[in-house]
Formats: sequence, structure tokens, C-alpha cells
Amino acid sequence: MIKIEQLSKVFKTANQTVQAVDQMNLSINKGEIFGVIGYSGAGKSTFIRLINRLEEPSTGKVIIEDQEITRLNKKDLRLSRQEIGMIFQHFNLLWSRTVRENIAFPLEIAGVSKAERNARVSELIDLVGLTGKENAYPAQLSGGQKQRVGIARALANNPKVLLCDEATSALDPETTDSILALLVDINEKLGLTIILITHEMHVIQKICRNVAVMEDGRIVEQGSVLNVFSHPKQPVTKKFVEQVMGKPEDEETEELFIQHSNSGQVLKLQFIGETTHQAIISQVAKKFDVELNILQGSVKQTQAGAYGSLYLLAIGEPETINQALAFIRETSVEVEVIQHG
Amino acid sequence: MANLFPNVDWFDLIEATGETFYMTIIALAGTLLIGILLGLLLYLSAPGGLWENKYINFITASLVNIFRAIPFVVLILLLIPFTNFLFGTFRGQDAALPALIIGSAPFYGRLVEIALREIDKGVIEAAKAMGAKTSTIIFKVLLKESLPALVSGLTVTAIALIGYTAVAGVIGAGGLGDYAYFYGFARRDFDIVFACTVLIVLLVFLFQFIGDIIANKLDKR
Ligand SMILES: Nc1ncnc2c1ncn2[C@@H]1O[C@H](COP(=O)(O)OP(=O)(O)OP(=O)(O)O)[C@@H](O)[C@H]1O
Ligand SMILES: [Mg+2]
Repeated sequence: MIKIEQLSKVFKTANQTVQAVDQMNLSINKGEIFGVIGYSGAGKSTFIRLINRLEEPSTGKVIIEDQEITRLNKKDLRLSRQEIGMIFQHFNLLWSRTVRENIAFPLEIAGVSKAERNARVSELIDLVGLTGKENAYPAQLSGGQKQRVGIARALANNPKVLLCDEATSALDPETTDSILALLVDINEKLGLTIILITHEMHVIQKICRNVAVMEDGRIVEQGSVLNVFSHPKQPVTKKFVEQVMGKPEDEETEELFIQHSNSGQVLKLQFIGETTHQAIISQVAKKFDVELNILQGSVKQTQAGAYGSLYLLAIGEPETINQALAFIRETSVEVEVIQHG
Repeated sequence: MANLFPNVDWFDLIEATGETFYMTIIALAGTLLIGILLGLLLYLSAPGGLWENKYINFITASLVNIFRAIPFVVLILLLIPFTNFLFGTFRGQDAALPALIIGSAPFYGRLVEIALREIDKGVIEAAKAMGAKTSTIIFKVLLKESLPALVSGLTVTAIALIGYTAVAGVIGAGGLGDYAYFYGFARRDFDIVFACTVLIVLLVFLFQFIGDIIANKLDKR
């Protein structure tokens, strides 16, 4: 459990002061993947660096599992940093060290014996899928492989928390997905809490359960990913949701569906956290004598199930269609019939 | 050979080369030590550094700048009372060492500082995030990551030092400069000056060659 209370950071430079983080309050559950999203300059990096005090807070508290990080002296802070892993956008590996030696570095810092270090490093190399690259230097690795080294290194001392600052922003989409999958995998296997900073909504959508949206150093909206996706309130949040869902269908598109569908009824299905939606359409088609035609839709998988909407054209007896509607309503999928405006 | 260099005493020449080599190596060792210290001090005490400190930074930077501003010939002359006090004489190879080290350490110190500045800040940050002590960061991150640049810098410094030893020769430090000046130039036996020049050039090539090999070996970027 991580608690952030009234956390602020003010940067004073010669000719201006910047309130990079402004009285943030947050509580993050143990073992979850928590996302923080915001545009450039929102204060995300500053926030995550305040958690392990790479940046000293101006005011406020950071509490990790009953330990008040913000009150520790230098020595204790060093010790607790060994239990807080961190990965970076630009990996920050030591180029003079091989993959093995890079992963061993935090273990050296923690004073782990050489034999134990070797065993642990081999374990980690296996965990992050870098077998065969042990003795390569960072310069000989791809971005994705470098980030795997970064992750292995961050996990070396069995941290309770993993901080990720734009961990996938320097990677191509495919590599991003593989790194995200790795993060989910270690989150499940090791049960550690992950705090993830990003400016890409699809990263949040893919792996986070809860999300906070940052703007101008403040959290403007927060909640479960599904909730934020289905009912975005702030303009920034709406923009981020559009990043992955596209613009919501407007009245005009719906009107268009109806014009081209004089033979049946247009249904709009809404999935919010539905986990069995794939079955529902085939079930309806099997159980009832209706023909289903997919008109348009966009459904995204989130950690809490699918989210999105689907437009169907249902052709059949009105009676049968009503029965089908009743059947669908029994599930968690919401359905409405789109009428002539 | 004997026709080309009628006045060269080969034994003396070899001995002089040995002396130059000796002075260069010992002075280089001292320069390395003091230069690294100066470079670290400059880097760590700079604004935003691990030991940010205006005063230490100002004092170190001033010392470095002052000693780099003094031409080497003048520096030797200035140091004569000091070497006299230390060694009882200002002649000889050992008496030349303080001047050689004081002349080249500030120069190398600046090169060390530049090498350290080249290190990606993110790597230092990563080490901090892992809970590293400052001493760990200095030895395992700063000096290790900048090693190729430190070696290239040392090579450049070594070559400057060979030049300095020749200048020191003129006030009787021994070595090829001494031999060239007192036996060659002073007696108008220019073949000796020429032979010494050739050997100094060879020595420079040798240092450059070895330095390049080591720097390349270390550079894994
Ligand atoms: N060391 C610093 N000194 C002065 N101002 C700073 C410093 N670090 C950050 N800032 C300012 O604080 C604000 C927040 O910066 P921060 O790096 O946290 O944003 P971010 O959300 O991580 O952006 P990005 O997505 O571009 O990384 C910015 O206005 C930035 O200029
Ligand atoms: Mg950032």
C-alpha cells in the first residue's frame, strides 16, 4: 500500500518558479498496476521521482507500507531505495558492463555475495527472457532487450514497488506490447506493486487497473480504468480516451445506420468490463432466429475486461428480436435499440 | 650510422632516452592521481553535482586555471626554490618531477572533468535509485563509465609531458632534452639534436599507440 499525501514540488530557477507537482493525494493498492497519465510537462516524471526522492519534495508525504519515505535520513533512504525498483525511458544502463554485470550492479550495491549474485542474475535473465545475451554489452542490444535488462536490474533486490517512467515510450508498438506483457507477468508472478507513468492511453488500457490523470501538477481525475474509460469527465481525460477508442459515434452516424437498415433494427451493445462478450453474439444467433450483422464497433481489452461498443443490425421477427434483447439484458452487456431520431 | 651521427655517443643517447622515459612515467603516475582528484572535485562540486559546493568549486577551478596559465618554462623557474628545499638541488630527474606534475595535473584535471561531464546523467540517477553510496557512484559509475575518455586524456597528457621533460632538460633535468641542449646545441653538434628529436618523436608515437589500443579495448559503446 502506497500513500501519497499533499505532495508538492516547486522548482525555483533564476527567473521563475514552477509548481511541478501540486498537492497530490493518492493511494495505491498493494500488488496492483497503477497508471498515471498526462501530457508533456504535466509533472509525471517529477511525481514518480518524488516517490524515491530522486527529487526532494517541497512538502507532503510518501508512505510505502507504513514506512514514511519522506522522513528517512540519507542512510535509511539508501536502504529503502534498494526495495524500490525503477526503470527509465532511456534504460540508463552502464555501457561498460555486460548484461550480467548490469543486472548484478544493484546486488553489489546491496552487498550480496558473489555466489548469490551469480545465482540471482541467472534467475533474472531467465525471468525477463534474455537467455543467450548474458555477455552482450548494452550497445549490442535492441531497445526492447535493453529495457528487459533495465527490468531485470530493477527486480534484482526483490523490490516491493516498481516505478516505471515512460518505460515503453522509446520502443516501437510491438516491442511495447512485449514489455507490457512482461510487466503484467512479473506483477502476477511476484505480486509487486507497479506505478507506471505514460502519455499513451493504450498502455494504461492494456495493463492498469486504476489510473490517475495529471494536468498542471494536479490529479484531475482518477478511478478504475473502466470507469475512467466509460465516463471520462475532464476534457484531458476525454482526449486520452479518444486516443484509443476513436471519437465517440455521434447522432449522425447512428442516423446513417438506420437509413441503410430498413430491413431490421439497429442495436447498440455496450461492453463495460465484460469478460465473455465473444460468446454473447454467437449465443444469441444460436438461440434465436435472428440474423446479426455487425455494422461498426470498437472494443478494447483492459485489465478488468472488455470495454467498448458494437452496432449490430438484427433482422428477424420483432417478437424474436425482443426475446433476444431480453436475453442480452440478463448479461452485463448493455443494449439499446437505436430508433429514428 | 656513425657517419650520419659522428658526435653521438650511443650509450649516452640510450641513457638519456631512459631518463626521459623515467621522468615521463613517474610524472604521469603523479599526474594521473592528482588529475583524477582535481577532475572529480571540479565535477562533483559543480552546480547540480553530487557534492555541490560553490566555494570548493571556485577554489579548485581557480587553482587549475592559474597553474594552466603559467607557461611551463616559467613554472620550472618559479619552483626552483621549492625543489631546492625538497631535494637540495634543482638538477636531476627527480628534481624535475614536482614541476612536471604541477604543470600537467591541472591540464589532465580539466580533461577528467570533461570526461565525467560526458557521462549520461540518467546512469548516475539509476545508480542513486538503486541506493548506491556516493563512493560507489564515483568508483563504479563515474570512473568506470568514463574510462576510455580518461585513457585518451592521459595519452594526450603523456605526450605533453614528454615535451615538458625536454624543456626541463634545459635546466639540467637529464633526459633527451638535456642531452640535446648541452651536448648538441651548446657544442654546435646538431647531429645530436637531430638524434634526440628522432627519439622523442618515436617515444610520442609509442605512447599514442599504446593509449589508442587501451582506449579502444575499453570502449564498449
Ligand atoms: N529540475 C527542474 N528544474 C526546473 N523545472 C523543472 C525541473 N524538472 C522539471 N521541471 C518543470 O516541471 C514541470 C513538470 O516536468 P516533468 O518532467 O515532471 O513533466 P512530465 O509530465 O514528465 O513531462 P514529459 O512527458 O515531457 O516527460 C515542467 O514544467 C518542467 O519544466
Ligand atoms: Mg517525464
